[in-house]
Amino acid sequence: MGEAPLRADLILEYPFTRTTGPVIGAFLTGLREGVLTGVRRPDGTVMVPPAEYDPVTSEPLTEIVEVGQAGEVVSWTWVDPPRPQSPWDEPHGLALILLDGADTPMLHAVLVDSPDELVTGMRVLAVWSREREGHIADLSGFSPEEVA
Amino acid sequence: MSEASEGEVRLPESLSGVEPVQSVRTPIRLEYDYRPSTSAESYLRAYGEKRIIGHRSPVDGAVFIPPRGVDPRHGVAISEEVDLPDTGHVGNFCVTHLPIPGRKGLEVPYVSAWIHLDGAAVGFLGLVRGCPSEEVRIGMQVRAVWKPDGELGTTAENILHWEPTGEPDVPFERAGNRSFHAGRGEETDA
Repeated sequence: MGEAPLRADLILEYPFTRTTGPVIGAFLTGLREGVLTGVRRPDGTVMVPPAEYDPVTSEPLTEIVEVGQAGEVVSWTWVDPPRPQSPWDEPHGLALILLDGADTPMLHAVLVDSPDELVTGMRVLAVWSREREGHIADLSGFSPEEVA
Repeated sequence: MSEASEGEVRLPESLSGVEPVQSVRTPIRLEYDYRPSTSAESYLRAYGEKRIIGHRSPVDGAVFIPPRGVDPRHGVAISEEVDLPDTGHVGNFCVTHLPIPGRKGLEVPYVSAWIHLDGAAVGFLGLVRGCPSEEVRIGMQVRAVWKPDGELGTTAENILHWEPTGEPDVPFERAGNRSFHAGRGEETDA
């Protein structure tokens, strides 16, 4: 053919707003208030973030409980460079963080400068955004506990 | 066990009495680098010459637009390109009164329609303008309104919209998806 193949940018975008329901709503309310929450399962364990139904028994879960602001990194990866739409502009760690009082780990960023500062088992502490509105971004991330 | 409702959810003390969050923004955005298939590429390049091409099925001669290189009814490949005219009729349509967030240059109400080109077995989507939306009807004959020659690209956007030709309507029984079957003297549930 000789001609360069055709190409085009195609952007698919929707500005969804979702209703949360009372359980996810409670978690987001907590973020706005600077509080981390989970939900208690029938076996007494606490899931963070909360889910509306028990993943094993499917029973509705209704007891929202506050958990700690600090926890332990149980697994992590290093993100460099961040993708264009990442909430974080700088290279950062993503970690599964088992908060104090929780029985399931939650995924969020660990705000350190290098993967050398990350180690499984390290303690981290929540870092809150100054302006909060009830969104996961209300939580900027987590910092190593001894530095924070 | 009943469904969890707002009244049943028990909150920790730190959240009691504060206004609950009830909705959350969850926008999505996907950025594609679109590369057309061979048949789509021919179709788009033809647009640059103000031509509309379809694919003719080797099984029964049905002409598909846009060309996909295949007759999906029979699972056979198609290689025969045919030129289609830029005239046809409205097979079906929808009048939209709510604007699309973020979409500029499309004033409401607007009419989107399945345009069935003369000689095509299937319709494809287009905007109908040039008459009040209340006057758009199934079977109405239309022709393409093209961009000025200097602004043509390899894109289906070369057709700005479709306007009524003023010719008598295609009868309802032969309009839209019925047209191909009606042309062959077949009954159809389409």
